[in-house]
Amino acid sequence: MEHAATAVSFKYYFVEFTYLLAGILFIMGLKGLSHPDTARRGMHYAEIGMLMAIIGTLLHRDIVSYEWIIAGLILGGAIGGAISYWVPMTALPQRTALSHAFGAFAAALVGISEYYREGAALGEIKVTALAFEVLLGSLTTTGSLIAFAKLQGLVPGAPMTFKGQNFFNMALLAATVGCFIYLLVTPAAAVAFYIMLGLAFLFGVMLVMPIGAADMPVVMSLLNSYAGLAAAATGFAISNNVLIIAGTLDGFSGFILSVLMCKAMNRSITNVLFGAFGSATDGGGTQAGGEMREVNLEDVATQMAYARQVVFVPGYGMATAQAQHVVRELADVLDERGVTVKYAIHPVAGRMPGHMNVLLAEANVPYSSLYELEQINPDFPNTDVAVVIGANDVVNPDARDNPKSPIAGMPILEVDHAKAVIVLKRGKGKGFSGLENPLFFKENCGMLYGDAKDSLTRLVHAVQQA
Amino acid sequence: MNPETLIAAFYVFALAAFLGYQVISRVPPLLHTPLMSATNAISGISLVGSIVTAGAHYNTVSTVLGFVAVTCSTINVVGGFWITERMLKMFRRREDVKKERH
Repeated sequence: MEHAATAVSFKYYFVEFTYLLAGILFIMGLKGLSHPDTARRGMHYAEIGMLMAIIGTLLHRDIVSYEWIIAGLILGGAIGGAISYWVPMTALPQRTALSHAFGAFAAALVGISEYYREGAALGEIKVTALAFEVLLGSLTTTGSLIAFAKLQGLVPGAPMTFKGQNFFNMALLAATVGCFIYLLVTPAAAVAFYIMLGLAFLFGVMLVMPIGAADMPVVMSLLNSYAGLAAAATGFAISNNVLIIAGTLDGFSGFILSVLMCKAMNRSITNVLFGAFGSATDGGGTQAGGEMREVNLEDVATQMAYARQVVFVPGYGMATAQAQHVVRELADVLDERGVTVKYAIHPVAGRMPGHMNVLLAEANVPYSSLYELEQINPDFPNTDVAVVIGANDVVNPDARDNPKSPIAGMPILEVDHAKAVIVLKRGKGKGFSGLENPLFFKENCGMLYGDAKDSLTRLVHAVQQA
Repeated sequence: MNPETLIAAFYVFALAAFLGYQVISRVPPLLHTPLMSATNAISGISLVGSIVTAGAHYNTVSTVLGFVAVTCSTINVVGGFWITERMLKMFRRREDVKKERH
C-alpha cells in the first residue's frame, strides 16, 4: 500500500516535471526567433518540449485506454503532415487561418466535454474559466473558418455588409455576454451554456464577414490571439500550468502582432472590426486629375539596366501572380550588371504579417536584402527606379498628404521620392480598397500594364539585352 | 479548485504574459509569419487536455469530443512545427545564396 502511494506520487511529479520543461523549452524556442540564424535551433527546442509534454500526458492517471488517443494522433498527424507538405507558400495565410480554427475548436471541445461531464459540480471558478474557453474557442473557430474561406476565395473577399449590421452584432454580443454572466451566477444552467455556445459560433461568423481581405493581417493576428487565450483558459479550467504558459505566449504574440498591424495602417482595432473599410465610405479620397502615363517595356529595361539602385516593392499582387521567382531572376540579372537591388516590405503588404518576406525567401532572396519601412524610406531619394509589384495602398501618397483620405496617417513606402517609379498593374482600375492612388498620376511614375509575372519575365530578357 | 491553485495559476499567467511580451517583441518583422505558425504549434499543447479527455472514458460524449480534439490539436502540432521548419529553411544569408549559385 505504502509502496503504491509512492509510485503514484513519483508519476505525478514526473508528469509535472515534463510540463515545466516544456514551458521552458517553448520560451527558449520563441527566443530563438529573434534572429533567422538561431530560429531553427529554437524551434527544435520547442519541438522537444512538445514531445516531453505529450509523453508526460500519456502517463496521466485518469487515462484508462489508448485506442482513441492513438487514433487521433495518427489521423491528426497525417492531416497536419499532408497540409504542411503540400501547401504552397502563397497559400500560407489560408493554412494559418485553418490552424487557428483547429486550435480553437480543440479548446472549445475540451471545455464542452468538461462541462457536460461535471456541470455545476465544477464550482464557480472552473465554470468561469470553462465559459471563457468555450466562448473564445467557438467564436475563433467560425471566425477563422470565414477568414479561411475569404482567403481561399470560397466567399468574396470584399466586406459583406447589411443594414443595421453593427446593431445586430452588438445585440448578438450582448446576448452572448448575457448568457455568460447568467452561467457564472447559475453554474448549473446547462441551457445557458449551450445557447452561449451557439451564439458564440454565430458571432465568430458575423465578426469576420464584414472585414475586407486587405484588413486580413489584423484579423489573422487577432484570431491568433483569441486561439491562444482559449488555450490559456483551458489551462485554468483543468489546472494545467503548461497550457496556461503556452496559451498565454500564443495570445500575447497575436496581440502584439495585432497592435503592430493596426499601427501600420494607422487604425484602431475597433475601426478594423466595425468599420467595414472600403465598403461605401468613399468621398474623402482625392479625385486625382491628369493622365496615367503608360511606359514601354524596353524603356523600363534600359532605365533599370543603367540604374545604380533599384528597389522592388511587392504587394499581394505579387503573391497572386506567383511572381516572386521572376522578381528574383530580374534582381540577379541586375546584380550581375552591378546594380544594387533592395526590397521594401510594408508591414501590412499581403494577407498576414510577414507574408512577403516568406515568399521572397522562398524565391531565394537573401534576407539581408529585405528592408523594413523605416530603413528603406530615407533611401528612396537615392533610388533610380522603384518597381511596385501588385501593391497599392501601401504606396499611396494620399495617406501622407491628404488628411481627408480614408487611409490618412497610414505610414507608407515613399516610392514617390524615387527618381522614377514603375507600377506593374493588371489594368487601369482602382486598387482593392477602391481608393484612387495619386501616385499613378505623378510625373515620375510610369505604368506597365499586364500580368506581373509576364511583364517581369519579359523585363529579364530585355535587361539582358540592354 | 481551491483558492491557492487559482492564485498560483494567475501567477503563472502573469509571468508568462510578461516574459512572452519581452521575448516576442524582439522578433523581427522578417519572421512574423514563422512566429505565427510557431505559436500556433506551441498552443497545440491543448493536446495534453485533449489526450486526457479522449483516454479517460468518462462517458461516450467526452471520449468522442476528446478524439476530435486530439485530432485537431495534433494537426496543429505536427503541421505547425513542420511548416515553420519549411519556412525557416528558406531564410538564407547573402553568402549562402551566393555560394549555392556557383
